[in-house]
Amino acid sequence: MADRGAGAGIGPAVNHSYAEAFERSLLDAPAALAPRRRRAFDHFASVGFPTTRQEDWRFTPVAPIAGQSWELGRAGTPTPLAAESLAPFRFGSSEWTTLVFVDGVFHPGLSKRPTPPEGLVIEPLSEAVGCNAALIAERFGAIAGPEVTPFAALNAAFAREGALIRVAAGVEITDPVHLLYVTTEGGENRSQQVRNLLVFERGTRAQVVESYAGLGAAVSFTNAVTEVSVARDAWIEHTRIQRESESAYHVGLTSVHQETASHYRSFTLNAGASLSRHDLQARLAGEEVETLLYGLYLGRNQQLVDNHTVIFHDRPNCRSWEVYKGILDDRSHAVFNGKVFVKPEAQKTDAKQTNRNLLLSDGAKVDTKPQLEIFADDVKCTHGATVGRIDEVAYYYLQSRGIPRSEAQRILTYAFAAEVVEEVASEPVRQALDHLVRDRMGVRS
Amino acid sequence: MLDIHGLKAAAGEKEILKGIDLQVGPGEVHAIMGPNGSGKSTLAQVLAGHPAYTVTAGTVTFEGQDLLDMEPEERAQAGVFLAFQYPVEIPGVTNAYFLRAAYNAIRKARGEEELDPIDFLDLLESKLKLVGWSAEIMQRAVNSGFSGGEKKRNEILQMAVLEPRLAILDETDSGLDIDALRIVADGVNALRAPDRATIVVTHYQRLLNFIIPDHVHVLVDGRIAKSGGKELALELEAKGYEWLTGVPEPVSARP
Repeated sequence: MADRGAGAGIGPAVNHSYAEAFERSLLDAPAALAPRRRRAFDHFASVGFPTTRQEDWRFTPVAPIAGQSWELGRAGTPTPLAAESLAPFRFGSSEWTTLVFVDGVFHPGLSKRPTPPEGLVIEPLSEAVGCNAALIAERFGAIAGPEVTPFAALNAAFAREGALIRVAAGVEITDPVHLLYVTTEGGENRSQQVRNLLVFERGTRAQVVESYAGLGAAVSFTNAVTEVSVARDAWIEHTRIQRESESAYHVGLTSVHQETASHYRSFTLNAGASLSRHDLQARLAGEEVETLLYGLYLGRNQQLVDNHTVIFHDRPNCRSWEVYKGILDDRSHAVFNGKVFVKPEAQKTDAKQTNRNLLLSDGAKVDTKPQLEIFADDVKCTHGATVGRIDEVAYYYLQSRGIPRSEAQRILTYAFAAEVVEEVASEPVRQALDHLVRDRMGVRS
Repeated sequence: MLDIHGLKAAAGEKEILKGIDLQVGPGEVHAIMGPNGSGKSTLAQVLAGHPAYTVTAGTVTFEGQDLLDMEPEERAQAGVFLAFQYPVEIPGVTNAYFLRAAYNAIRKARGEEELDPIDFLDLLESKLKLVGWSAEIMQRAVNSGFSGGEKKRNEILQMAVLEPRLAILDETDSGLDIDALRIVADGVNALRAPDRATIVVTHYQRLLNFIIPDHVHVLVDGRIAKSGGKELALELEAKGYEWLTGVPEPVSARP
């Protein structure tokens, strides 16, 4: 059995240890998902880790991830962690429902779980497999199949933990739900394979914050897949904050499926990890759909931060609006790729994509690529990408008011970021992000 | 207070100021007038330290310090303020934050204690009255989406908060209606004091009805062609710049 993955089809970078770990992992898994996991693993084994010869991974060598032997199995008990150490990563009210996962393991003691109102399910996957097995079986891989990316396949094969959120039709939740994944020193050499299943039924209103944070400097590997289903007339705000330690590797995929007249807005912050890659894919599968994708990425030292977004305009009369901004310092490197596909029947599509980058040093660089493929004729689609530095006239204006150049740089850099943070609808989430950005820029409030 | 001797400055290869001599004493208001392209805005920008201009000759001394040797922020910290002709928009930074950062940077440079946000708000309140604004404007991003008049008023508000020793107004009157003009003039006049000086750069005499200058200088082709008292502005108004340049002005440039 252990040799199963080592056949002719195995990708160059997938070694025996993955196959062995996979077979072991199946032993204690619910049987319902086993065939799906095996298909996913077989797919992963056949395609292997992506290489820079593949267009979607051209600038993002994942060799450091592929070359390491990660512990993929389930950790037994969660790493002990003092509640105070999580303080920097919590925000909003202490009453918010918060699921805390430490090094990939659900931590009930650090979590906050008020009794959910009728029609609301918020559970760690490890619990949900018991009481909501049918829902998981229905949703796991329904939006993000293993073929989307090799990492999605790897995740489907191994993911044991994550969150299941289901908001039943017509239910509105006022406070954001926070899913907090923390990597500690105990996560050294470990890989957490996270799967979140977010199901928003008809006419729901909800805000979910998904954050990935690092304590210490463990070399860890997070591979997260979040599947978001947004039914008719739902209004959803989804915030994803990635601030893992700069020694970590972070790969994530968010797959969104939207039905008629739904509103989905996301804000994605990528500030941590030595290598981070986030794929955000939204399918506008109904009419009158609105999709707002905002992003901010911050690179410093030698960080590599890669954002790939895909918007599928499948149906007519939909609007997508995308603004991603990046700030790159030192020798950091950012990659942005924004695809927009407009199907022949998706007439009256209104799609706008903007990617703006600010370089703070000579060593920083950005590869940005908009990619619009439009097959309908009556549409309004625009895109624009810029890479630049702080305007000298802006510097001069601040300096002429007595502000030293170094402080002017911090203020203007913060301003560049603040412009997109302002788009977050939830006030407490926006404030938390604002503080996070201020801290990073060294700008006082 | 301010001594300018033989000042020459260029933008790139093009020489714009061709030898300016000007002395401004404490308590004085000087008006610098001149046709378009005469160099009057360049003079204002050179005094504030605009990076696009190179000083090729001459000296500028401000209260005994070599102004030209100072960074723009050091000039501001020493008490020089330029109200911009085209104030810069800074989306993402609130007016309140920007002004407090400027105010505190100047205090810090002078070895004074910085003001916290609450105390700063108190100080702002009286200054806002001066320009006829309510506090809401402070939560808007600096000049972002402001009308032309609002931008100019914002410059005057900044000036009122920073209380410079030498205020330079670069065509602050351009594009203003009469009410806005009055507000700008009131702001400047409120700041007049025996130990402060003002340089008003303007194309038109109009503003000088509200801010009465002690001296008027007319710049033509990078040099001061004529200096006089406040009556010189009226004379210019009547005769046009053609009187000094020998070149008729395009009709569009007349008030």
